[in-house]
Amino acid sequence: MKVVLDHLTKRFPNRAKGEPDVIAVNDFTFEIPDGKLIGLLGPSGCGKSTCLNLISGLEKPTSGKVWFGDTDVTGLEPENRGVGLVFQNYALYPHLTVRQNIMFPLQNLKGADKLSKEEMLSRAEEAARMVQIEGLMDRKPSQMSGGQQQRVAIARALVKMPRVLLLDEPLSNLDARLRLQTREEIRRIQRETGITTIFVTHDQEEAMSISDQIVVMKLGVLQQIGQPQEVYNDPINLFVAQFLGTPAINTFSGEVKGGQVFIGDEAVLPAPGVPDQKVFVGIRPEGFIPDENGAFSLDLTRIEVMGRDISVVATHPQAQSPSVRAIISSESEVGAASKKVRFSLKPKKVFLFAAESEERIRF
Amino acid sequence: MKNNKLKAWLYLLPAIAFLGIFMVYPLVDVFVYAFQEGFNFASQTYKGVGWHNFSYVLRDPYFLQAIKNTFIIVIITVPASTGLALLISLGLNSIKPLKNLFQTVYFLPYVTNTLAVGLVFMILFKKTAYTDGLVNLIISWFGGEGIDFIDGPYWAKMFVMCFYTVWVVMPFKILILTSALASVNEDYYKAAKIDGTSKSRIFFRITLPMISPMIFYLVITGFIGAFKAYSDEVAIFGTDLNVAGMNTIVGYVYDMLYGDSGGYPSYASAAALILFVIVLTITVINLMVSRKNVHY
Ligand SMILES: Nc1ncnc2c1ncn2[C@@H]1O[C@H](COP(=O)(O)OP(=O)(O)OP(=O)(O)O)[C@@H](O)[C@H]1O
Ligand SMILES: [Mg+2]
Repeated sequence: MKVVLDHLTKRFPNRAKGEPDVIAVNDFTFEIPDGKLIGLLGPSGCGKSTCLNLISGLEKPTSGKVWFGDTDVTGLEPENRGVGLVFQNYALYPHLTVRQNIMFPLQNLKGADKLSKEEMLSRAEEAARMVQIEGLMDRKPSQMSGGQQQRVAIARALVKMPRVLLLDEPLSNLDARLRLQTREEIRRIQRETGITTIFVTHDQEEAMSISDQIVVMKLGVLQQIGQPQEVYNDPINLFVAQFLGTPAINTFSGEVKGGQVFIGDEAVLPAPGVPDQKVFVGIRPEGFIPDENGAFSLDLTRIEVMGRDISVVATHPQAQSPSVRAIISSESEVGAASKKVRFSLKPKKVFLFAAESEERIRF
Repeated sequence: MKNNKLKAWLYLLPAIAFLGIFMVYPLVDVFVYAFQEGFNFASQTYKGVGWHNFSYVLRDPYFLQAIKNTFIIVIITVPASTGLALLISLGLNSIKPLKNLFQTVYFLPYVTNTLAVGLVFMILFKKTAYTDGLVNLIISWFGGEGIDFIDGPYWAKMFVMCFYTVWVVMPFKILILTSALASVNEDYYKAAKIDGTSKSRIFFRITLPMISPMIFYLVITGFIGAFKAYSDEVAIFGTDLNVAGMNTIVGYVYDMLYGDSGGYPSYASAAALILFVIVLTITVINLMVSRKNVHY
């Protein structure tokens, strides 16, 4: 089932008196292709949950429409949309066993859809098998680990065979290791079922690693959509560039003069055809090549060896952050004793942004 | 090791001494009184040991009346006040505007003195030489016949008594239940809504189990409180409850000790022990029922 958002907007009256309305979701228009996993990504408070609630029907949009396939579902109640929703805190009913929790949605079915007891039990078993918790069916949620509870929540969302699966920060209550494992699991389940899935997270790494496409948003405004690698390699503005990637991109204030990019008084890269102006220069950590004759110099703070790679931590007066980080291969030689290190830059890893609008300047 | 144990007891000593003097000793004393036959308060002597006090109390028509009254009050007011409080709390929880105002209004009886509330009830229900009372005025306005609720037939008095008791205990229950309802995580309702759960199913399968510990708490304390009712009766019917036929078990105990015909600590103790056994039994039954139905 493909999901289409058409100029979707949601305003909330501001909680503080007299302040203007909060526009949690501002004029969203995009299409989620059938059977894909989409990562909805953005900092806290940018409207990710609201967007999800609009798709599930828990919130009604101020304007705009939601389409599932060729049907307009904007006016439909949540229960008639056929969506499964997994919450950040799982929202498992604590007084019910795992089996009862998974069966709960099925017991709500009425009329022609009504299932017999046996059918419900076998559907619950099936869903439990899919998330590999079939051995824990008689436990209460409180008797299970966070990861297991998360699986139960997914099973409960899957058991009614939803057309669209929505996951709202499903991994944020898990520890780092379990998080890694569970996200692979979600990926596998999504592939197996082929259900169109929207995955909300503020962790860019999580979104990048499992999504077919990521949607980056900021303050209710959609910034960029695309395949994770595509968005990473070709960010549309400074915000997207800074939001994606660990370690984060290094940002410097600089200037374009006569077709050259200047950071401080060093001309670090040619930028043919770009008119003279003030800019922000973003350089990915992997965009540095140690080079004695390189055009760009940094003041070395320390060197961190991380096995395969070396992380060079340095400072620069024009940098927007207190430290600059460059990741280089461990074979390259950097004199730890030297005060200044010189680099040449990989042009593909350097982005220019207009100083005022922070929009990307391509060259 | 041994030293440690000694220390532990030493630390506990003040608490044990305190509890011993003010709780255990009186309890034992009540027990002793209850089984001393023919106790003479003035000379502090008794004639024998046995069940006589109990058989006397259990044959005393005043006591039987008190037991009957107490049970009626308990059986009517505990479910009625808890159920009503739940309804009102659900209503309060579902409205947004004026919620705080309503909460305050419902809480007022709780912070108002029992006797003051009793006075208001008198004005509402009592027939005097000058007026029939507000309720009677309303009844006669609708063409009904006025009843004396305070000095009239038994059922009318019992009605006022139960009404009053429910009225007095409800604010606390509403307070507890509204906060219990508000503490149920919103996500449960969202999840239920996505799954198309009906309103009644949400209530019985989600809300009720989630607040069941609080309801259980209210039922237990409600039972115990209603069994110990006394001051509410005095507030409406005055101190001569036996004459009004509205005495309760605790009222009977009090009368036996300090009333006009009082001075019988043995009978009072026997009655108190009977009350204790009743409350204990009910509480144990409550606990057994709750094992199955309360979810922590
Ligand atoms: N019911 C509401 N009333 C008023 N404002 C709201 C309401 N719900 C959300 N908002 C506001 O809308 C904005 C977006 O909220 P939303 O919950 O969608 O953010 P989010 O991206 O999910 O954040 P997080 O990552 O912290 O979960 C926030 O500024 C929030 O304060
Ligand atoms: Mg959120």
